Amino acid sequence: MNKEKKIEFPGTGLSDADFKEGRVLTTRWKVDARYTWDAGVAIGRYLEGIKKGVILGVRCYKCGRTMVPPRIFCEWCFRNIDEWVELKDTGTVNTFSLCYVTWDVKRIKEPQIPAVIEIDGASPGMGIMHLLGEVDPQKVHIGMRVKAVWRPAGEREGAITDILYWKPLEK
Amino acid sequence: MALKERVERLTQTKAWYGELPVESLYTAGIAGERFFRTLKDNGEFSGTKCKCCGIVYVPGRIFCERCFAPLEEWLTVASYGTLESWTVVYVGLDGSRLAEPIIVGLIRLDGASTVLVHRLGEVTPDTLSIGMKFTAVLKPKTKREGAITDILYFKPV
Amino acid sequence: MGRRVAIVGVGMTKFVRRAQETGQELAYHAAKMALDSCGLHLGQVDGVVLGSAPDSFDGVHMKGEYLSPGAGAWGKPYMRCFVGGATGVFSVINGWYYVASGLFDTCLVVCEEKMSSFQPHAQAAFLTIFDHTTERPLKPNLLWIFALEMNRYMSTYGLRKEDIALVAVKNKNNALDHPCAQIADKVTVEEILKSEVLAWPVQRLDVSPVSDGATAVVLANETVARRVTDKPVWIEGVGWALDTAYWTNRDLCYPRYVEEAARMAYKMAGVTDPRHQIHVAEPYDPFDYKELHHMEGLLLCGKGEAPQLTVDGVTRRDGELPVCPSGGLLGVGNPISAAGLMKVAELFWQLRGEAGKRQIARKAKRGIAQAWGDLMQVGAVVVVGI
Ligand SMILES: [Zn+2]
Ligand SMILES: [Zn+2]
Repeated sequence: MNKEKKIEFPGTGLSDADFKEGRVLTTRWKVDARYTWDAGVAIGRYLEGIKKGVILGVRCYKCGRTMVPPRIFCEWCFRNIDEWVELKDTGTVNTFSLCYVTWDVKRIKEPQIPAVIEIDGASPGMGIMHLLGEVDPQKVHIGMRVKAVWRPAGEREGAITDILYWKPLEK
Repeated sequence: MALKERVERLTQTKAWYGELPVESLYTAGIAGERFFRTLKDNGEFSGTKCKCCGIVYVPGRIFCERCFAPLEEWLTVASYGTLESWTVVYVGLDGSRLAEPIIVGLIRLDGASTVLVHRLGEVTPDTLSIGMKFTAVLKPKTKREGAITDILYFKPV
Repeated sequence: MGRRVAIVGVGMTKFVRRAQETGQELAYHAAKMALDSCGLHLGQVDGVVLGSAPDSFDGVHMKGEYLSPGAGAWGKPYMRCFVGGATGVFSVINGWYYVASGLFDTCLVVCEEKMSSFQPHAQAAFLTIFDHTTERPLKPNLLWIFALEMNRYMSTYGLRKEDIALVAVKNKNNALDHPCAQIADKVTVEEILKSEVLAWPVQRLDVSPVSDGATAVVLANETVARRVTDKPVWIEGVGWALDTAYWTNRDLCYPRYVEEAARMAYKMAGVTDPRHQIHVAEPYDPFDYKELHHMEGLLLCGKGEAPQLTVDGVTRRDGELPVCPSGGLLGVGNPISAAGLMKVAELFWQLRGEAGKRQIARKAKRGIAQAWGDLMQVGAVVVVGI
């Protein structure tokens, strides 16, 4: 019954030292991959709104959802969206994290606080990903009401980073 | 009609610039380790022969892709061989014109079933023909690092 | 539903942080071992399915083509499939329908990943899975998605971290008996709770590692299966489904897409009461809470109930419903697609009574494997039985 024991499994594990001391041959290559990503029709308009300090959403009359980020089609009903609507720049924390590592795995002392924020005026559960700020990390909680902190109007460039972060709505 | 012409308000066309931060560190592998060590230390080309189908792979591999047999028999092949095809390259990776065109060829080393792709040197395009004999020009032993670039180029015999 | 399809052979390499073998060589070892295990040779394979995650890990574009010689694809119909983390289980579904349809009598399924190639850390490869315009400028980190989902899960049901950490304890301990394991460990709940906080609530020991490795299985129709083995493991049901890629619009607390995939597979398998008709489970566990999340999605318990089953020891190898007896991704390692396929391999060994020291105590005739991936919204499920 115990066949598994007899099997020799292949594979040669290497240590950091094998690399550092050149015990195995390696080659290194850095890909030079630069891109120009088009924002697209819906997100282009979304960013235009953000430049003016307005968060835009879209509505589908069939399912009745008000969606954000905006898109040109409703993926549930698979039809064109019907209407563009202005949403509020306030919302509710759906979930959050206190993150002590950067995207490239460098350690940081003060945590970043990424959150999914459900935007007021959109259907329940319709959130966007952004960062929280001006808040004690230990006091952040799910359900917390937050408001966008905008970059000064003259400095906005039509990017998601025109919203610097979201801060608690009331003390 | 191009997409751009259909966009009524040009402020809507917005692009986001970025790059893929990809850097890779590749191991030579079990077979590659042996091939490149032999090239580096002895200046020789080594391959593996499949007992099932007789193919001699250069660089050597640990398996025959046709028979799926493990390959354990290593042998040394010649460092010269036959030109199987060639091209003259005038443009670089980014599409720009090269100052000096590069000649690239496929060489089947004597004793090998497979071909190697590498640069050709000490030769001009107008004298090239398929079937010509070429031999490897290696870096001096002290400069070799166990990489395909230990071969500088192949030159006519 | 189509012709009967059996798993008749499996093979895998050790899972390691860095392998000296190239991706091709890893794929070859797993594929060759799978064929040898059932006495078939490559000439008897009608088609090959390859599963592998993003090209950027191995650093080889068109990785499917690069890996094909090692996967045994020379001169054969060959298909690469890719649904992110769900690839390992999805590749079996892929192979299943080639055999179930009658197109092939046999199909070799090979999954490979060499994540160590990515410098300095494979995590950075994930930056570009986020929307390039609305999310990437915020410099997101893959951990964010997991941490956000885990926090939502914990808060909704009022779960304690120490209960969730029990999953990592169980799996890393189970992996001590797996000869291919990368990070098997006699770890305790205290050690997990003391490990470095990466993205609260996610800590270092809640997470599976970056790995290199390959796994392969051989699928066959009934005629071939009966000829080559007296213990075929039948694929009784398959299912897959996905939710919206607008991940911030999703219910982060419950994997509805896993439920839909499971319901599809259960229907095909004639399973009406998963809690009693599934005897062993290998849900996807890249993070400890994900095992719980997925047990709920697989309808092996009610919503929010999986942590209690873990506390009660039900999911241990000597429990009533062993979960991840292999040691899972948390213990054996996580070469993405190869890890998903390892789960199917584990069920093969468990149901045949060949799992050695990992053999579960209870009698098992049916098991389920599940993997999850893409932008955290794909479920792939396979139900197997003897
Ligand atoms: Zn709709
Ligand atoms: Zn051969």
